[in-house]
Amino acid sequence: MQKFKQYARTKAGRDTLISFGIVIVGFVVMQVLLAMGMVSSLLEGLLIPICAYIIMAVSLNLTVGILGELSLGHAGFMSVGAFAGIVASTCLSGTVGFAPLRLAIAIVIGAVCAAIAGVIIGVPVLRLKGDYLAIVTLAFGEIIKNIMNVLYVGLDGAGLHFGLLEQGFELDEEGKMIINGAMGVSGVERLSTFVSGFVLVLITLFLILNLINSRAGRAIMAVRDNKIAADSIGISITSYKLLAFVISAAFAGMAGVLYALNYTTVTANRFDFNTSILVLVFVVLGGLGNIWGSVIAATLLTVLPEVLREVGDFRMLIYAILLIAMMLFNNSPLKQRLLEKRGSKQMEKVSEKEGA
Amino acid sequence: MKKSLSMLLAGAMLLGTLAGCGGDTAADSSQGGSTASGNAFKIGGTAPLTGNVAIYGQAVQNGAQIAVDEINAEGGDIQFDIRFEDDQGQTDLATNAYAVLKDWGMQLSLLSVTTKPGEAIAPLHFEDRIFALTPSASSTAVVEGKDNVFQMCFTDPNQGTASADYIAEQQLGTKIGVIYQTDEVYSVGIYEKFKEEAAAKGLEIVAEESFTTDTQTDFSVQINACRSAGADLIFLPIYYTPASLILTQANAIGYAPKFFGVDGMDGILTVQNFDTSLAEGVMLLTPFNADATDEKTANFVNKYREQFGETPNQFAADAYDCIYAYKQALETAGCTPDMTAEELCEAMMATFPTITFEGLTGDGEGITWQQTGEVSKSPKGMVIENGAYVGME
Amino acid sequence: MVLLNHLINGISLGSIYAIIALGYTMVYGIAKMLNFAHGDVIMVGGYMCFCATVYLGWPPLAGIALAVVVCTVLGVVIERLAYKPLRMAPALAVLITAIGVSYFLQNAALLLWGSSTKSFTSVVTGAPIPLFGGQLTVAPVTLVTVAACVVIMVALMLFTSKTKAGTAMRAVSEDKGAAELMGINVNTTISLTFAIGSGLAAIAGVLLCSAYPTLMPTTGSMPGIKAFTAAVFGGIGSIPGAFVGGILLGVIEILAGGYISTQLQNAIVFAVLILVLLVKPDGLLGKRMSEKV
Repeated sequence: MQKFKQYARTKAGRDTLISFGIVIVGFVVMQVLLAMGMVSSLLEGLLIPICAYIIMAVSLNLTVGILGELSLGHAGFMSVGAFAGIVASTCLSGTVGFAPLRLAIAIVIGAVCAAIAGVIIGVPVLRLKGDYLAIVTLAFGEIIKNIMNVLYVGLDGAGLHFGLLEQGFELDEEGKMIINGAMGVSGVERLSTFVSGFVLVLITLFLILNLINSRAGRAIMAVRDNKIAADSIGISITSYKLLAFVISAAFAGMAGVLYALNYTTVTANRFDFNTSILVLVFVVLGGLGNIWGSVIAATLLTVLPEVLREVGDFRMLIYAILLIAMMLFNNSPLKQRLLEKRGSKQMEKVSEKEGA
Repeated sequence: MKKSLSMLLAGAMLLGTLAGCGGDTAADSSQGGSTASGNAFKIGGTAPLTGNVAIYGQAVQNGAQIAVDEINAEGGDIQFDIRFEDDQGQTDLATNAYAVLKDWGMQLSLLSVTTKPGEAIAPLHFEDRIFALTPSASSTAVVEGKDNVFQMCFTDPNQGTASADYIAEQQLGTKIGVIYQTDEVYSVGIYEKFKEEAAAKGLEIVAEESFTTDTQTDFSVQINACRSAGADLIFLPIYYTPASLILTQANAIGYAPKFFGVDGMDGILTVQNFDTSLAEGVMLLTPFNADATDEKTANFVNKYREQFGETPNQFAADAYDCIYAYKQALETAGCTPDMTAEELCEAMMATFPTITFEGLTGDGEGITWQQTGEVSKSPKGMVIENGAYVGME
Repeated sequence: MVLLNHLINGISLGSIYAIIALGYTMVYGIAKMLNFAHGDVIMVGGYMCFCATVYLGWPPLAGIALAVVVCTVLGVVIERLAYKPLRMAPALAVLITAIGVSYFLQNAALLLWGSSTKSFTSVVTGAPIPLFGGQLTVAPVTLVTVAACVVIMVALMLFTSKTKAGTAMRAVSEDKGAAELMGINVNTTISLTFAIGSGLAAIAGVLLCSAYPTLMPTTGSMPGIKAFTAAVFGGIGSIPGAFVGGILLGVIEILAGGYISTQLQNAIVFAVLILVLLVKPDGLLGKRMSEKV
């Protein structure tokens, strides 16, 4: 118990506990509400996307917050994961009957493919700096979207067939098109469940928080804070940058699988620049490097546009205004003053306690 | 801790709205699932009301609204309560929008306006046993395997075949160029059938050019390719927005082949400030003609212009027809608003294939439905002359 | 002949990218922020000119003037309300705010003008000009766009190097603190930059809509991203860089579409950008920044 208290007092410990706390409490509350039938179909339908976006936000936070490099193409990895996962789950539908196992395999395959894409992109990209790096990630995101739009994958007795730009292959009678170019995928079996999403969020939090608080994580942060100093004490900048980038990509791939297998129809255009930006907004609003902040921001901002349906035509306009207002408030002197006030009150309390 | 305050603020704001909304849904579900509380049928649909295909969603919303207002004003036994939710033309948002409609207690559905969201939520309608009649989601995949999803528009393959037949019979062109949109199911569906039928009829396709949503702002490459291949007729199985640009750009470089469109081309004359002389001689197959002089069409077009300041296109007309088709089917089946969505679904599935509906779209012979949900109505061949449609022989 | 045709189309598209990129680059050079709302200011410019010529029946030149005035004011207002309070904030906060502004403008346009596409009447009229005995044709708007682009670039270069306000801009871009100490009003200078950038956006909007005459609330987004790419391509912050980047990007895009595939057009454009940045990490004409310890 003593140890636990001590752990909770460190910053790393507190962040970890808060992150897990939020997710587990959220899950339990939702399960209870679901069991009591008090959840609207809208909210029920949002649960899996929320899980996917949490994973996206946490993984992007690793690149943007911990590694300190702006990425504008995170949705590209989500796309790679999503399509790889769909191909995997379709191929396995005959052989693996147990749906959660099939989902798990699909997620692993999605993560591996996204990680490979991460390596391919990371090696050239991470040589660049600042806004140039940002624009190149944007470019890669668009390239991935474009390629996914001209990719044809079919499955028949003879195995998988691939085509680029045009179908270029004939399927036998039993055959089935999995990815049909720009028209994407339709008729996907919906494997994702809220529980699987929850488990995946826990795994993501566990792995990423552990990474951040490990030796590698401290090295990555050292690279962010002062590259030259980090280099001088023998930290390999390139390999740590790549490590963070690839792990981030792998988790985005997982999120992609979870997300895609929640819908019957998926198109590559879903994972575009706007989606990358959306996830970036989660991260910035939740706080750079703040994992539980990302969790909350992803949840709130996924629900927000749906809640705003009440205001009809003005929905997206209000969303935009709220976004600007929140960013302005976050950086305003008003907030500083409020924080100071609160801080001084706490100080008073502490001194009272000590006095008594 | 620094961020926590602003997060709290945002959270409080959200929770406030959520709580309000949660209250509503609780009240709805306490009224007994999907049964309407009043004496009106609850019709819902998802539509792109914002985003880059909002034009089609708003047309459907407006067209349906006119029909509902008319029916409710008559004060007959059948009254409607209609609600559209925004899906921005995207599949996942359509799923959310569908959930909102379900929470509202939707009894009859108009599915989606655009095809891809329609494909995404059709299986959900099938599982939940809510009957759907879509005004405009036209691919065969929308209705395939779903016994309770019906269409008001033609299916895509139908139009491709009809177009190729028409061009061959009338000998409209010898060298044909095609410009189609690869990320639009509608466009690809028509194009593929067209290509098949064209080969069967011995038409020569000299250029097959394509574009995507991202590249629909510049067609100079595609037009050049058609021109250098010597195409004398360009088939455009696309919507009228990109089509209007193709006509303008072709004109700007002085290239004037014949243009042949499908029902998506309808509306090209209503594009605000479009130089209609560019569309002179454009041929198209369409189920709806806003210039038709029959009483029904004239009444609809006038009302639409009055209320929304625009000339309705085929999307609006199809939506208007959907509402009246529902009215006729509900009357035939003797349904009442206190029936559950599932009961209505059974009744509609049994009734729709048996009725013949006279609407704004289709020709004089009336519209019928097959058991599969596909519609049977014949497209009208039109040619644009002096800025108006004229029936083709 | 086909190649020549593609080149003409490419330069036409590229010069529009270049004008937008010039605005991007000005703002980036001075305010050091990626103004993602720039593309939507273009759209507002297009709508303004459309309203003036179609609803009010004004001549095209008056329409352009109205668009320039409205966009200039809009740019300054946006800067004052949304960006100025964040001058001390991290760059990412400003980036997200800019995205918020972009959403705001798009959705405000949707509410104001509706979703239906408007067909823009080209401000440049006249028959296509035949070349080589009619084998090639050039649209007059292409010539005007290219000319406008060159004029604007030269004017901007003269402005930043010869005038007092321009020198102040360069000073602010080098070092805000030092510029302030030298008696330069940093706020005014940044406002001026936004005014110029947004005024250019209005001109770009009118020309964009004249060459590719569809106007809808999302008209500015894709050209905005492309122009941003063009600015980086040429070296962001550099005026001749933005020009070169814009023209090259347009030509590459059309050639890629013409000779490889219209499906992969965008992918090829971005791939070329990546290759260039790998060889020259600061863009074609960008300034090499030395790293400080």
